[in-house]
Amino acid sequence: MPSQTFDNRRLVGIHAERVTNVSNNEFPGHYPGEDHSWNLEKFKKNLTVTVQRLSQHSIDFDIVGVDASIANAFRRIMMAEVPTVAIEQVFVWNNNSVIVDEILAHRLGLVPLNVDPSLMKMREPDTTPTDQNTLVFNVDITCERNPKAPKGTLNPHELYINSEFLSSHITWTPAGDQEETFAAKRPAPINPNIVLAKLRPGQQINMELHAVKGVGKDHAKFSPVATASYRLLPHIKITKPIPPSKAEKFQKCFSPGVIKIDPRTKEVSVDEKNVRNDSVSREVLRHPEFADSVELSRVRDFFLFNVESEGPYAPERILPEAIKVMREKLAVIRQAALALREKTTTVDTDVVMADS
Amino acid sequence: MVQQDEESEWDQLNRTNWKGLGLTDPIKNIEDKWLLLPAFLKVKGLVKQHIDSFNYFVDTDIKNIVKANNKVTSDVDPRFWLKYTDINVGFPDRNEENAIDKRVTPNECRLRDITYSAPIVVTIQYTRGKNIVQRNVHIGRLPIMLRSNKCVLTGRSEEQLARMIECPLDPGGYFVVKGTEKVILVQEQLSKNRIIVEIDNVKGIVQASCTSSTHGGLKSKTYVATKKGKIYLRHNSIHEDVPIVIALKALGIQSDKEILLLTAGNTDAYKNIFAANLEDAAKLGVFTRQQALEYIGTRVKINRRVMGPRRPAWEEALEALATIVLAHVPVKGLDFRAKAIFVATMTRRVLMAMEDEKMVDDRDYVGNKRLELAGQLLALLFEDLFKTYNSNLKIAIDKVLKKPSRTTEFDAFNTMRMQGDHLTTGFVRAISTGNWSLKRFKMERAGVTHVLSRLSFIAALGMMTRISSQFEKTRKVSGPRALQPSQWGVLCPSDTPEGEACGLVKNLALMTHITTDVDEEPIIRLAFMLGVEDICLTTGTEIYGPHTFVVNVNGTIIGVTRQPTRFVAQFRKLRRARRCSEFISIYINNHQRAVHIACDGGRICRPAIIVENGRPRVRSEHIRLLKQGKAMFEDFLQKGLVEYLDVNEENDTYIALYESDINPNTTHLEIEPFTLLGAVAGLIPYPHHNQSPRNTYQCAMGKQAIGAIAYNQFNRIDTLLYLSVYPQQPMVKTKTIELVGYDKLPAGQNATVAVMSYSGYDIEDALILNKASLDRGYGRCQVLRKNATLVRKYPNGTFDRLADAPLDETGQIAKKYDIIQADGLAGVGERVDPGDVYVNKQSPSNATDHAFTGQAASVPYKNTPLTYKSPVAGNIDKVLITDTDNDQTLIKVLIRQTRRPELGDKFSSRHGQKGVCGLIVNQEDMPFNDQGINPDTIMNPHGFPSRMTVGKMIELLAGKAGVLTGKLQYGTAFGGSKVEDMSRLLIENGFSYAGKDMLTSGITGEPLEAYVYFGPIYYQKLKHMVMDKMHARARGPRATLTRQPTEGRSREGGLRLGEMERDCLIGYGATQLLLERLMISSDKFEVNACSECGLMGYNGWCTYCKSSKKMAQLTIPYAAKLLFQELMAMNVVPRLILDDA
Repeated sequence: MPSQTFDNRRLVGIHAERVTNVSNNEFPGHYPGEDHSWNLEKFKKNLTVTVQRLSQHSIDFDIVGVDASIANAFRRIMMAEVPTVAIEQVFVWNNNSVIVDEILAHRLGLVPLNVDPSLMKMREPDTTPTDQNTLVFNVDITCERNPKAPKGTLNPHELYINSEFLSSHITWTPAGDQEETFAAKRPAPINPNIVLAKLRPGQQINMELHAVKGVGKDHAKFSPVATASYRLLPHIKITKPIPPSKAEKFQKCFSPGVIKIDPRTKEVSVDEKNVRNDSVSREVLRHPEFADSVELSRVRDFFLFNVESEGPYAPERILPEAIKVMREKLAVIRQAALALREKTTTVDTDVVMADS
Repeated sequence: MVQQDEESEWDQLNRTNWKGLGLTDPIKNIEDKWLLLPAFLKVKGLVKQHIDSFNYFVDTDIKNIVKANNKVTSDVDPRFWLKYTDINVGFPDRNEENAIDKRVTPNECRLRDITYSAPIVVTIQYTRGKNIVQRNVHIGRLPIMLRSNKCVLTGRSEEQLARMIECPLDPGGYFVVKGTEKVILVQEQLSKNRIIVEIDNVKGIVQASCTSSTHGGLKSKTYVATKKGKIYLRHNSIHEDVPIVIALKALGIQSDKEILLLTAGNTDAYKNIFAANLEDAAKLGVFTRQQALEYIGTRVKINRRVMGPRRPAWEEALEALATIVLAHVPVKGLDFRAKAIFVATMTRRVLMAMEDEKMVDDRDYVGNKRLELAGQLLALLFEDLFKTYNSNLKIAIDKVLKKPSRTTEFDAFNTMRMQGDHLTTGFVRAISTGNWSLKRFKMERAGVTHVLSRLSFIAALGMMTRISSQFEKTRKVSGPRALQPSQWGVLCPSDTPEGEACGLVKNLALMTHITTDVDEEPIIRLAFMLGVEDICLTTGTEIYGPHTFVVNVNGTIIGVTRQPTRFVAQFRKLRRARRCSEFISIYINNHQRAVHIACDGGRICRPAIIVENGRPRVRSEHIRLLKQGKAMFEDFLQKGLVEYLDVNEENDTYIALYESDINPNTTHLEIEPFTLLGAVAGLIPYPHHNQSPRNTYQCAMGKQAIGAIAYNQFNRIDTLLYLSVYPQQPMVKTKTIELVGYDKLPAGQNATVAVMSYSGYDIEDALILNKASLDRGYGRCQVLRKNATLVRKYPNGTFDRLADAPLDETGQIAKKYDIIQADGLAGVGERVDPGDVYVNKQSPSNATDHAFTGQAASVPYKNTPLTYKSPVAGNIDKVLITDTDNDQTLIKVLIRQTRRPELGDKFSSRHGQKGVCGLIVNQEDMPFNDQGINPDTIMNPHGFPSRMTVGKMIELLAGKAGVLTGKLQYGTAFGGSKVEDMSRLLIENGFSYAGKDMLTSGITGEPLEAYVYFGPIYYQKLKHMVMDKMHARARGPRATLTRQPTEGRSREGGLRLGEMERDCLIGYGATQLLLERLMISSDKFEVNACSECGLMGYNGWCTYCKSSKKMAQLTIPYAAKLLFQELMAMNVVPRLILDDA
C-alpha cells in the first residue's frame, strides 16, 4: 500500500486538550479563487466505499469522500429509521411467574425477531390488525417438577421441567396467507437462548403476542442495529525522527501494530496499513519528549463505519436499506420542493397559520 | 483434638519469640487486617446495639425489676402474701386460643396487622388458705425484637429464613406491632452519676451538677453552685439553697478544719475562695451536725402520702440526705462518709473551676454521653406497667378479701387471671404511638419510636443506626450540633440530616458497640484487691495529697491509690486476660487526679488492635487463621490481641492510624480507618476526595434511592414500596458495600455518563437522558401501594359484605366495575383505570344504631367501595384476605404501577449531586465515541467546580477502567483503587489516560471540538417523581367553611396567590387582577347590606331596621361575611359604610 498523504485541509487536528478544524470549509466562496461548487463528476471520483470486514453479525466498511452530514445521515437512518418487526402487544391470559406482566411484556418487546420487514406493512395507529401488518405469536409454558431428576441435585435445569422461559418458547401462529408469505423463514426470535423469565413448579405463562413493523425512533426495540457508528481515519505524522532509545516507548503510545520499528536501525515509522487501528488515545502527547516530533490528526472525510446487526438484516444489507429510506425521504422533499416552486411562481400570499 | 491443635497454634503465635523472629525484627505489615471487620460484624451484626440491649433486658434486667417488686400483700388480710420468684419471656407464638400450629413468623405478623410478641410468664408463690402454693401465670405479652435471642429468626440459615419469607440481609432490631415495623431509636443523654462542672459567664455562676440515677428509677439532680461568690448545695427537694458548709456538717463532717481539708485541701488559692463559706455557716449559727440537720430539715419539701406522726425536722433532713440527695452514693447504716466526700469533691471541682476556667467539663464530649437503647426504655416501661399491675392486683385481692364470707377458699391465681392484659396493651400502645409517659419516673417522651422506613435497604439500615438527641431542635446553639473530635470512630461524621435536626440526629459508625450494664460489685472488689484504699478510711490530706489519685467506679468514689499508672496497667492486664468483662473501661484523668472505672450501660466503644513494645499484637499469622475460619473475633478478644476502648479510655491511649505510624509510645492500632464512617456514608466511593457537605447530602439521598429492598420484597404488602426493575451493583464498590450487603440489594444503575453541555436543557443540574436507554429499561421502577379495608362486624350484629359487580339498566356491567370478580374483589393482574372500583364493599346503613335488634341480613346496605384515585392506571399486584387479632376480616389490595423515567424525575449520583431529567434525547442525536457508545446520561460540567466532588470524577475513572478490564473496582474511603493504576489501565486499553474521549456529535456528525469526560457512574433514581407531584386545577372543590378553593394536591386544591404575590400586584397597581384573584375567582358572595345601619340583611330586607328601603347589594368575599358574623357573635358590631365609588 502506498504511503498515504492527505491534503492538510482534509485533516482534523488532534491536540492534547482540543480538536481543531472539525468542519469542512470547502464550500463555494470560502477559499478565494477556488471552485468548490458541487460537481457530480468530482463527487463520483472522490467517493469510494470499501468493505473491510464482514462477519455474521457485523460489518466494517469505509466511506471516503463524503461530507460528515451525509455519513451521519446514514448512521442516523440505520439506527432510527430502518424498519424492523418487534413484539408490540402482549395479551396475558395467565402469568404467575415472579416477573410481572408489564416487565415481561417489555422484555418480550426487546427480543429481536427474524422477520423480513419488507414482507409486512406498517400498521396505522388505531386500525385493526390484519395478516398484512401483524404477526401473532403464542407462549404457553408451565414449569413442573422433573420426576426423573437425579437425586440430590440442586441444578434447577435438572430439578424442573421448563425452569426457564426462553425466547425459543415463543411460537408463531400463522394467520391468513402468512403461511405462504413467510414460508422461506418461519418467524421466530433470532436468538433462541434469551432468558425471559425463570420459572418454578406451579408457575405458568400463557400469552398471545402481536408483532408489528416499526422504526427505531419510535422505540429502541425496532432498531435493526446494536451499534451503527463511524470514526475518522487516524493520521499520524512523525515530524522529527525519534531517537532509537525512545523508539519502544514511542511505539507503546499507540495501539499495537500502528508504529513500526526497524529492527536494525531502530527507525520509527507509521504502518500505513494498520494506522486505522489506532485508538487515538493521545498518549503520545502526554510525553514532553515527543511533543514536537509528532502530529496527530484524523481525516475528515474518511469514515470507518462499524455496523453490528442484531435484527433480521444481514449486516451488509443495512446500508442499502438505509439508502433506500433516504431515497424515499428525498423523493418526498423533491416533491415538496417542486410543489413549492409551482406555488411561488403563481401567487405570493401570506402564510396561513394553522390555528388562526 | 482439633481444638487442641488450634489452641497450640494460637499459643505459638502469642509467644514473644516466634519462629526465630525477635522483638527487634522489622515490622511486617499485617495484610488484610480489615478482615477483622467482617469478623466483628459476623458476631455482632450491624444492629448489635439494639439486639444486645434487648437481650439484656429480656434475660437479666426484667428479672432484676421483678426481684425489686416481688411482693404483693393485702391491707385487709395480713396473712395473705404473693411473691414473684421468677419471670420468663417465652418465644413468640400465635395468640389464639385454639390454634393448632402455634408458631408464628414476623412476616405473618406484618401481613396480618398483628403484633409479633411472646408471652411473659411469672412463677408465683402465694398463700391459699393455710397452704403456700407455687404456680406459673401468664401476665401479658411482650413485643419481641426481630433477631433478638427470643426471635424465631435468630440463628437460622438462609434457606430456613427463605421458608419463613424473611430476608437474610435484614438487620432486625425492630418490632412488629400491629403489622407495622417500629424502631425504638437510640436516645442520647448526658451520663448519669457523673459530676459535670459548668460556667455560666453571663450570670457568673460556676456549678457542679450530678444527675443521680439508681436502679429503682428515682432520678434527681443535685447542684453545688456559686451564688455571689459563695457555694451552695441545691436540690429539688429542698426549698432553699443550702450553704455548702451546712450541708457538709449535716453529712457528718463537723469540724471546720476537716471541711476545709476535704474541699480546698492544702491549696492556698482554694482555701481563700472557700473561707467565706465557713464564715457564712458560723453567721447562721450552725456549728454542729444537729444544728445543720435542723437547718435543712425546716427547708425540706415533705411529700408523704401516708399521714403518720409528724417527725422532727432533723429526721426529715436525715432521710432526705440519705435517700433523695445524690441517691446513687450508697449510705450504709447512716454512714454518710462516702456521700460527704462526694459533696466535698463536687465542691472542690467548683473551686477548681472558679480558680481556673479550663477546669470545666464539656457537655458535648461523647465520653460524657450515654446512649439509651430499646432495652433500657422497655425496662422502664415494664417497671411502670408491672408496678401498676401489682397495685391493681392488690386492689382486686383486697376487694375479694374484704367480703366477710366466701363460699370457696380464696385463690389469688384466679384474680390474677382476671387482671386483663394491662401489660400487653401498655407495651403495644407505647411502641405503636411512641409516647413513653411514665408518671412514676417523671418521664414524658413522645416520638420515641418511628416506623421503619422501607424506602430502600439503606434507609432501613440507616434508621437502625440512628441516634436522636434529647436536645430541643428549636434552640439556636452550635455546641451540641458541632462535630466533636471525640466522635472519631464511634459516630459517623457525614451522616446527619440537613436543617433543624442537623448535628442532633447522628449515626453510629461501622464498628461501634454500645455497652450494657455490668455488675459493679466485683469490680470494686477487684480494685480493692489491686491496692486501692477505701475512701471512708482517708482524710482530706490524703485524698488531695501530691501523689494520690482518687478511684471512681461509675462516678462514685471508692478509694484512693498512690500508684495510678501501675494500678491501671494491672487492671487492663486483667481485662485483657478476660478476668472481667471486656467492656469495662479504665482511664486516668490527670486534671482531676482521678482514675475512672466505668461499667455502666450506654457507653460507646469500639475495638482496636493492641500494640505492645512497638509491635501490633495481631500479626499476619492471626489473620491467616481468621481467613481459614479457624479463628473468630471472639478469639482475638480472648487472647488479648484486640480490645474495646470507650471514648473516655481512648483519651488515655495513643492510637496509630497505620502501622507505619507506630512509635514506642503507641498503645493501639486502628483496625481500618474507613470504619470511622457509618453504614450509609460507606456507600460513597472515594468520600475522602469529596467536599464534606456532599457526603452529607448523599447520606440523605441514599435513603431515597429506588432499588431492591429485601429478598422478600415481592411478598411484602407495605403502604408504599418503590422497587427498581433492573437494579445493578455499583462498578465502583467499597468494602462497606460488601459488608452491609448493598451489592446484593443495590439501589441504582451504572449509567454511562458524558460530562458535557448539551442543548441548554441541562442547566441547573438537569440531566439529559438517552431515550433508547429508557426503552431498554434504564431507570424503570415499580411503585406498589397498599390499600386496605376491614370487612367489619358491628356490635349491633350487622356486618359489611362484598358484592359482585352491579348491572346497569341495559344489563351491562358498568365500566368502573369491569374488573370486579364474583367475590367482589378485583382480579389479580387486572388493569385498574382511574375511577375503577377494586373492592366492592357494602356497609349496613345502620351500623352505628345500637338499638337495632332485627335480622342482620335484612338490613339496607349502602355502597362503600374502594376506588382507584391515581391519574395513571395501575395493575392489581396482590390481594390478601385474612383476619386480624380481633377477628375482623382484613383485605389488603396491592396496586402496582410500572414507571419509566420521564421529564422531571429526580436522579442522583453517589456524591450528593442530584438533578432532574431535563430532556430525553433520541439515541441518534446523542454524541458517540469511536466505539459507537452513546451515553445514557449527559451531565453538565458546571456541576463540578463549585461542588468539588472529585470523588465522582475518580469514580468515573475507576468505573471505566473496571468496565474495560471486566473487574469491579474499589473506592473504599482512605484507600481504594488508585487513580494512577486506573489511568494505566485506560492507556493499556487504548483510551486516554485522563478518561476523556473524542466524541462525535450525533446531530452534525462532526467531531466535537473538546474531549469529553466519558464513563460509567453509579446513578440512583430517587423517589421524587413528577407523576406524584404534578398538579393543576381550573375549577374544583371548595372548603365548606370559607367557600374558598381547597388546599393541597391530595384535595385537588387551588394554587395559592400568597401574600408576597399579592404585594407584587399591589406594587404594580393591578387592582382588577387582585380583585379577580382574591375574590371573584375565589369566594365571591352577594350580600344585602343596609346603608342605614350598616348591617347585613337578606332578600333585600334589613332585619335591624325592619325595612327594605336602604338595602344595597354588594359582592364581598365569603370569608369577609363569615368574619362579620363571627364578630357579631362576639358582640362586636361591624358596620358596612356604603358609599358610591
